[in-house]
Amino acid sequence: MSEKVLMKGNEAIAEAAVRGGCRFFAGYPITPQNEVPEYLSKRLPEVGGTFIQAESEVSAINMIYGAASVGARALTSSSSPGISLKQEGISYIAGAELPCVIINMVRSGPGLGGIQPAQGDYFQAVKGGGHGDYKLIVLAPSTVQEAVDMVYGSFDLSEKYRVPVLILGDGMIGQIMEAVSLPEMRDVSKIKKPDWALDGKGSGSNRKIINSLYIEPDVLEKMNIKLAGIYRQIEENEVKVEEYLTDDATVVITAYGTVGRIAKSAVNILRSKGIKAGLIRPVTLFPFPYFAYEKAASSNNVKKFVTVELSMGQMIEDVKLGVNGKKPVEFFGRSGGNVMSAEDIVDFIISKEV
Amino acid sequence: MQNIIIAGFGGQGVLSLGQFIAYSAMYEGKNVTWLPSYGPEMRGGTANCSVVVSDEPVASPIIAFPDTLIAMNKPSLDKFVDKVKPGGLIIVNSSIIKDKVKRTDVKVCYINANELSLQAGNTKTANIVVLGAFMKQTGLFAKEDVIKSIEKIFAKKPKVIPMNIKAFEIGYEA
Repeated sequence: MSEKVLMKGNEAIAEAAVRGGCRFFAGYPITPQNEVPEYLSKRLPEVGGTFIQAESEVSAINMIYGAASVGARALTSSSSPGISLKQEGISYIAGAELPCVIINMVRSGPGLGGIQPAQGDYFQAVKGGGHGDYKLIVLAPSTVQEAVDMVYGSFDLSEKYRVPVLILGDGMIGQIMEAVSLPEMRDVSKIKKPDWALDGKGSGSNRKIINSLYIEPDVLEKMNIKLAGIYRQIEENEVKVEEYLTDDATVVITAYGTVGRIAKSAVNILRSKGIKAGLIRPVTLFPFPYFAYEKAASSNNVKKFVTVELSMGQMIEDVKLGVNGKKPVEFFGRSGGNVMSAEDIVDFIISKEV
Repeated sequence: MQNIIIAGFGGQGVLSLGQFIAYSAMYEGKNVTWLPSYGPEMRGGTANCSVVVSDEPVASPIIAFPDTLIAMNKPSLDKFVDKVKPGGLIIVNSSIIKDKVKRTDVKVCYINANELSLQAGNTKTANIVVLGAFMKQTGLFAKEDVIKSIEKIFAKKPKVIPMNIKAFEIGYEA
């Protein structure tokens, strides 16, 4: 770890991708993630990488498909409307079992919406997005340092399972500046090319084929079953959650990403007022940490859960699956690009207590 | 912990003033977040940033009630004046804002930033004059340490260092 540097979230993420071995980026501009391509347009050529500003998001995601199929560590980034445009390509990449990393700095929607922070893309990120029976590994950073560490490790994670990784941020994590320690630069010459990567070698029955077209139902079903098995493995191995002061909590607040850190301040304020609050912050959204909610819901101390989101209520559906009817689950959200303060969360919880 | 909101017109160096505080905090080994307003802002529009400086890791970067408000123009003062915590500090750029703060439960510091920046040689340093006043009023970091930070921040543009240090000192002594 190096000396700390003050960096904007978008720039720190871009540098972390380069250090994690990313050598190919294709994207199309959109606020609030523009500093990612801006930074990489200068940085990637310095390390012998390739930066392409494509003519559209559809084009960019298909360049990622191509780069990933020859074994490149490929990255694209966008924000909500742009990520919607990429969904067809993401489904193809998932169907072809290719690794890549996708960043979504979520802005308010639906439609063209606004450019301020939001979390309205949760369903799109974890429940599909594109067509067909597939999953992405979805990571939700709450600080710039966590975003850096996630992005740095995301290429290894994606290659391990041959499943694309989606970093689900928001405008706030993209625009905020924090002091970060950047991880060391990976020596890309020592990163082994995957043996499935297309390299022009092999013939006849040894040909390498990257494809997502399976016309025969039995063949495609076999593929669907294989993918489902991989997703189960990911659920077993990769789920991450932060729990804060939940041991004796009577009110468990739950939130992800930047809202998770705002909720942490709310927990501290509530505790200073004598209300035993705690926090469950999912770090991975797929796989989702259902077990943390099952455990808290079974505790005699816990009276209720409060889900806090920058949406009209999306993650709350997974929270309810984890809580499984054992305790009430309330909702507090802001949307349209408005962001709640810790004090807003505190006021909501106190107003419900009386 | 210090929660600071800095607000003014785009082009007044509002965001960079916040960054100076953030850099100083980092060099002093503190935890810090700098969160800008972002959007279709431009020179003449309004801009603000929230800076949280803390010994502990910063949880929420969103400030509902600042300890300190730095208001570089009238709309910014009007927008945030009632949010400042009782006992908090408001720094008013009195070159542009002619009104007085009516609240009696906060400390108010009026600084003629634009005129004072002329003494440093360039009105572009008005935000650094205010930085000096802020550090004097809050005692957040020692004068010498902030000067060291200014030297580090402008390391790639050494020519502008003396002018900015001068502006900082003028604000500090004002």
